[in-house]
Amino acid sequence: MEPIIRTKDLSIQFGGHKAVDRVNFEMPEKHFKSIIGPNGAGKTTFFNLLSGELRPTEGDVFFKGESLAKYSSVERTRKGLGRSFQITNVFPNLTVLENVRLAVQSKEKVRFHFIKSYRSYKKITEEALVILDQVLLLNKGEAIASQLSHGEKRKLEIAMLLALDTEVLLLDEPTAGMSLEEVPTILDVIRTIKQRGNKTILLIEHKMDMILDLSDSIMVLFNGKLLADGTPTEIMNNETVQNAYLGGLYDGELVETS
Amino acid sequence: MDLLISLIINGLATGMLIFLLAAGLTLIFGLMDVLNFSHGGLFVWGAYTGVFTYIITESFIVGIMVAILTGMVLGFLMEKLIITPVYGNHVQQILITLGFMLVLQEMIKVVFGPNAIPVKVPDYLAGSWEMGEVIIIKYRIFIIVVGFIVFGVFHYILTHTKIGLIVRAGVMNKEMVQALGINIKKVFLFVFMTGAALAAIGGMLMAPYSGSIYAEMGMEFAILGFIVVVIGGMGSFSGSLLAAILVGLAGSFMAYYIPFLSLAVNMILMAIVLIFRPQGLFRMAKE
Repeated sequence: MEPIIRTKDLSIQFGGHKAVDRVNFEMPEKHFKSIIGPNGAGKTTFFNLLSGELRPTEGDVFFKGESLAKYSSVERTRKGLGRSFQITNVFPNLTVLENVRLAVQSKEKVRFHFIKSYRSYKKITEEALVILDQVLLLNKGEAIASQLSHGEKRKLEIAMLLALDTEVLLLDEPTAGMSLEEVPTILDVIRTIKQRGNKTILLIEHKMDMILDLSDSIMVLFNGKLLADGTPTEIMNNETVQNAYLGGLYDGELVETS
Repeated sequence: MDLLISLIINGLATGMLIFLLAAGLTLIFGLMDVLNFSHGGLFVWGAYTGVFTYIITESFIVGIMVAILTGMVLGFLMEKLIITPVYGNHVQQILITLGFMLVLQEMIKVVFGPNAIPVKVPDYLAGSWEMGEVIIIKYRIFIIVVGFIVFGVFHYILTHTKIGLIVRAGVMNKEMVQALGINIKKVFLFVFMTGAALAAIGGMLMAPYSGSIYAEMGMEFAILGFIVVVIGGMGSFSGSLLAAILVGLAGSFMAYYIPFLSLAVNMILMAIVLIFRPQGLFRMAKE
């Protein structure tokens, strides 16, 4: 079967620095893959290349077999490759519900039938409420987005991403900056999305327990290169990975959880 | 008491006319980031085409319809031909829209002649009600009612429809709206045409109120419109209503009590707002 997303020799160079270096990877539909690697390994840059925020200096990204080279990030979202939004891009003065509703309605074309518009407006509101329920923000629907806590904003981002209803979700450290109490709820949200089973999810995360709990497979980036790609057990037992992490190059969570 | 009520009704009526002009300006600025100095030209073209239709057909309502149509057609052409090439460049916007304002104003003289044209209030809106000591001029009440209806309808569209949500979000951050995959260009055109139509309605309603129309009235009213946009907060629809009423009332009261200040009162109001609340009365965060 054709993988839903695949890269071929994907590379980007900033001056003399190869941030992503000939990465070849693929993942099947409805798969959950996590990307780990020390800071500066090129994880977020890799995401930016997939989503179209950055253009590769070499190589290409394929979505369902089709090259994405000519598509902008907006067009890629429309095709089904959704990336979580940065907090700064949530509309601060709209309510939480309005933010999600805007994302829901962005799937359709802009039309100017005001009578019809009202009827479908109700439908869109209902759809938005379902999504808010999924990310555990239902009781915050009427709150102004700028007044949410950090963790709630991250949930709102995920809600907007879900509202766009893309087949692939790219989640860039959804727990970053969250307090310890907030982490389990976001974990619940992601687990629920996974269990519903209709999304392909690619996750960048540092929290190893979370990764081991959720992932079907894990890929490791190191200095821009793909170091390893396999099931969680394979990765944990991989000698190269262990050396890269344990050889003093990285003193992250892997040490604590293994 | 009777004097007070008269002054208030006067101020409200003038305020509503300014609001019709300012509502379009503020949305166009807020959403599209376009400074449209030719908005007054739409006001005066609405007035002329509407009044001529009114004179020919003897129907004020048909006149208003034609004014709206004129506004929409001119708005469509302006957005496509004049505004689209200068998106994102304020200096060019000011130059080209100011130039186009002059073109619109002079074209009035070419098409309709250079002299002021007297306009009568339609019979069913003429006259006044007497309530004890107080005399209430019907046409002014009509303007106030139309103003509030327009506000109500557009407020509803902004808060209760999909297109309204896009407009409000777009005023905050249009790049983000585009990033969601929404075609905001279409919304721009819609807002521009609506704003133009509102200005044209304003011009048409202004005509019987002031008793005559002349080519320069657009420029004069556009300045009031800009003052209102600044006071109300750029991009804020509700703010423009409040500010327009404020400017209308201030003008009305000053003209009676301190006549020599009546021309300066709007500038003074604007200066006060700019000193204490530079973002306007209603703040629209652009983050």
